Amino acid sequence: MQDGVKKFMYVNRRAPYGTVYALEGLEVILIGAAFDQYVSVAFIDDGVFQLKTGQDTGDSDMKNFSPTYRALGDYDVTKLYVEEESLQERGLTRDDLLDLTYEDEDDDYKEKSSIHIVSRAEMAELLEQQDVILNF
Amino acid sequence: MKFGILVNEGPYQHQAADTAYHFTKAALERGHEVVRVFFYHDGVNNGTRLTTPPQDERNIVNRWSELAKQYDLDMVVCVAAAQRRGIVDEEEKKRQGKDADNLAEGFNISGLGQLIDAGIKADRLVEFGD
Repeated sequence: MQDGVKKFMYVNRRAPYGTVYALEGLEVILIGAAFDQYVSVAFIDDGVFQLKTGQDTGDSDMKNFSPTYRALGDYDVTKLYVEEESLQERGLTRDDLLDLTYEDEDDDYKEKSSIHIVSRAEMAELLEQQDVILNF
Repeated sequence: MKFGILVNEGPYQHQAADTAYHFTKAALERGHEVVRVFFYHDGVNNGTRLTTPPQDERNIVNRWSELAKQYDLDMVVCVAAAQRRGIVDEEEKKRQGKDADNLAEGFNISGLGQLIDAGIKADRLVEFGD
């Protein structure tokens, strides 16, 4: 790892609506992407709902910001870790999640999935490896 | 040790706002450096000088202002979160055409980049929230 580059992990723990944490957390990720740090994003607990397909906020007067997650790949935020147990506990599978991808410039711009399903134990290891954790 | 401090919750509503202050004060008193205190989410409400708690209660806003003065502390309120919640400095008042400003002494309004920058510069970024 380059000198002066830190490992930042953004941890999303809350549902996308109901509180403003998810929306304002996403704003931090987008701004942080400009800083040339090593970045990953974790989705645990109700945070996995942030990546749910088919979000419809029409009746609640809330802005549906889920399309913004699709932009993360263009911002070089390509490591999204989703905790498997959190999905299972909520009756969700990978198929319920947005299809988020990026173009790998080191591999002939092949389109690859940004989403990695990891176990709770693996998530704990990932957290252990970070220099800076921002928790929303 | 160089600390960065992130305050995510509002004053009086949530003890995180108090704990952040006590932690910051203790760190400074022990000779540690605090590179920045960043206020985000409802934490921006720690920076309004219109706060008027009952006489026999702690004044959370003034407490931060005094700490900033004593230690030349860099306290930044996130502009996007502040605009949503009506925290305005003189410049924002003019720019947004508002009839008042309310940012307390010692606080500055700036962007989220200041939070990332604090994470880069500090040895530890400590987050106070729910």
